[in-house]
Amino acid sequence: MAHKTCTGAEALIHCIHQHGVEYIFGHPGGAAIPIFDALVDSPIKFILTRHEQGATHMADGMARATGKAGVVLVTSGPGATNTITGIMTAAMDSVPMVVITGQTIQSMLGLDAFQEADVVGISYPAVKHSYLVRNVNDIPRIIKEAFYIAESGRPGPVLIDIPKDVSGALFEPNYNVEIDLPGYTVPSNGDSAAIARCADLLAKAKKPLFLIGHGAVISDASRALKQLVEKLQIPVVNTLLGKGAFPESHELSLGMLGMHGTAYANKAVVDCDLIMSIGSRWDDRICGKYSAFCPNAVKIHVDIDPAEIGKMIKPDCSIVGDAKLVIEELIPLTRKGDTEGWLAQLKKWKKQFPLKYGKQGGLKAQYVLDEIYRLSKGKAIVTTDVGQHQMWAAQFYKTDSRFHWISSGGAGTMGFGMPAAIGAQFARPGAMVIAVVGDGGFQMTLSELATAALNKLPIKILIINNKYLGMVRQWQALFFENRYSGVDLEGNPNFVKLAEAYGMKGFRIKRNADVSKTLAAALAYNDGPCIIEAEVEKEDNVFPMIPAGSAISEMVLEAPKKAMAKPVGST
Amino acid sequence: MLNGINGATTKLSVIESKAARALPTGIPQHSISLLVNNRPGVLIRIALVFNRRGYNIESLVVSPAHNGKFSRMNITASGEAKTLEQIIKQLNKLIDVIHAKDHTDEVTVEMELALIKVNSPADKRTEILQIAEHFKSQTVDLSESTLMLQVTGSTEKLDAMELMLDKYGIKEMVRTGKIIMARGAADT
Repeated sequence: MAHKTCTGAEALIHCIHQHGVEYIFGHPGGAAIPIFDALVDSPIKFILTRHEQGATHMADGMARATGKAGVVLVTSGPGATNTITGIMTAAMDSVPMVVITGQTIQSMLGLDAFQEADVVGISYPAVKHSYLVRNVNDIPRIIKEAFYIAESGRPGPVLIDIPKDVSGALFEPNYNVEIDLPGYTVPSNGDSAAIARCADLLAKAKKPLFLIGHGAVISDASRALKQLVEKLQIPVVNTLLGKGAFPESHELSLGMLGMHGTAYANKAVVDCDLIMSIGSRWDDRICGKYSAFCPNAVKIHVDIDPAEIGKMIKPDCSIVGDAKLVIEELIPLTRKGDTEGWLAQLKKWKKQFPLKYGKQGGLKAQYVLDEIYRLSKGKAIVTTDVGQHQMWAAQFYKTDSRFHWISSGGAGTMGFGMPAAIGAQFARPGAMVIAVVGDGGFQMTLSELATAALNKLPIKILIINNKYLGMVRQWQALFFENRYSGVDLEGNPNFVKLAEAYGMKGFRIKRNADVSKTLAAALAYNDGPCIIEAEVEKEDNVFPMIPAGSAISEMVLEAPKKAMAKPVGST
Repeated sequence: MLNGINGATTKLSVIESKAARALPTGIPQHSISLLVNNRPGVLIRIALVFNRRGYNIESLVVSPAHNGKFSRMNITASGEAKTLEQIIKQLNKLIDVIHAKDHTDEVTVEMELALIKVNSPADKRTEILQIAEHFKSQTVDLSESTLMLQVTGSTEKLDAMELMLDKYGIKEMVRTGKIIMARGAADT
């Protein structure tokens, strides 16, 4: 079916709009001008960012708040390379994203043309798939494929590099094209025999435990999961990115496990006789020393990505499939085992080893987060950077529903939180969005304050300011005899004045006594973005802590009296 | 003088052949076959999967499949056996890979072709041709001082012939790398 003549760029924007995309985040440049020209007549809203990395995190935040691919549009060369951190962040956390990069004209490819970068080559290890469009007629098919690949199965970023002569070429597009992906299959239902075996193992276990990861969030498994958990009365631990798949305020939830997880979650992992992972990849932050991880427990692994099965942990029973579909098929096959003694034990641990922090002395980040959780009734969408503030936020801001926790997990990208909050707020204009960031990470992408201010997005940026790169400082304090190196953030700006410079509202918290009042005022402020700077104790550490590469049983609950051995695990 | 050069060549080719087979170091070798989209950029995606996990690609054969939309790849690579399962899974995850299989311990038809240019002064020529005949190889070029032999067969057979010709001085050798096909009705 032939349509009227248009440019490649117009067809591209048409296809993106047809897919239901409302927003594109990005930054223009010479090689992308035909595409920006096509945006003028499109209903798609273009959000101009101040840096391409910011655009990728905004698209990422939007994707994590909706489950739909976020879209980025940038130019060639440095515009394209500036997206790499954001692409890698999305890939590590299985976030759907489509990144469109302008490229120099085809006849100049490989000739070191102005602003030429082989971004397809540079991004190979970080994308789920990528395209260099050489023929304008391929545009409708490629866009269709790109969104399908990005959003289906285990989601991920797809990059499309479009030379300027392709985006500028005139042609008669045929939009009725089929995708052509013979090498791509998306698992859906799990193997029935394996699911039956899993049901059997669950019934026999005396001390079973569910380990819930991001896969359960992505597949929208919350309802089915709640049904399964309540039927079987099996306790739940979740990963950092699994927050929201199962309500952390539920009595059967033990919260986050792992390096800085709750003590009772980690004790449950050590003591369980069966652990069933649903959509988690047994990452090194949660398993610690692999050879010592649950040596005596039966391990069950549900994952949509076959490459995750056996990658880190050899499971006794594995099911490749969509988490929700697998759980739904599993529920009728299960019978409740005897878990009462186990639950009583966990209840005791919950009482005995709660998350805690000192109430005396200087302002504690934990107290600020505890209060913002209480004042926002636990209903906000929370985004974070990476580091101490992230772990404290994960511990104290319990997440009860899907799409409410947006944090860079696998990549650990500083500077992620604030732009991600912008993306989430665009996606969910009625929701309260709080970006919890550190003073270090925030300064990596703070130029996006302009984007937030210009669009009057009522995001609340809570800066946990300890004037240090806190997590690295914590390691240096605990494992390197307090030899601080490269962690002092001397030279920080006055963040309240910075807010004012962007025409935003700024709040400052210095004392415990000000916390509730100031936070309440900030949460009630909706005329645009605001910054809340909390000047917290400089040298507080995150506990519990499992040193990297150590067994979970080596968890440390509070600051040790003597120096600790250097960790053997990575970072 | 000539002998000296020949001696050096011989020595080098022995080292080379040891490295290629990688047997003395104990690092196992694996035969992998892939059916992939016949598109630019596929090879680099595949190479990156091996590279990231410490695998060295020893030989690589790429050719169009019977259906020209696809290509066949045969890869011989050396690395830790426990890593291979993850490599195969990661290869299968690539959008452009239709399937990737490990044939290491399978019964398959394996074939490789080599061209070997060996020093053959007149007084050694008959001897060399006898060896060549034994390996059912063909003479494809002849000069005053050299013979070029073409031999096909399994990797082991080619290794054996190389070893036999070494003492005469192998000037050059090119091997295609192994191609494999599953026996019977099974798919490769």
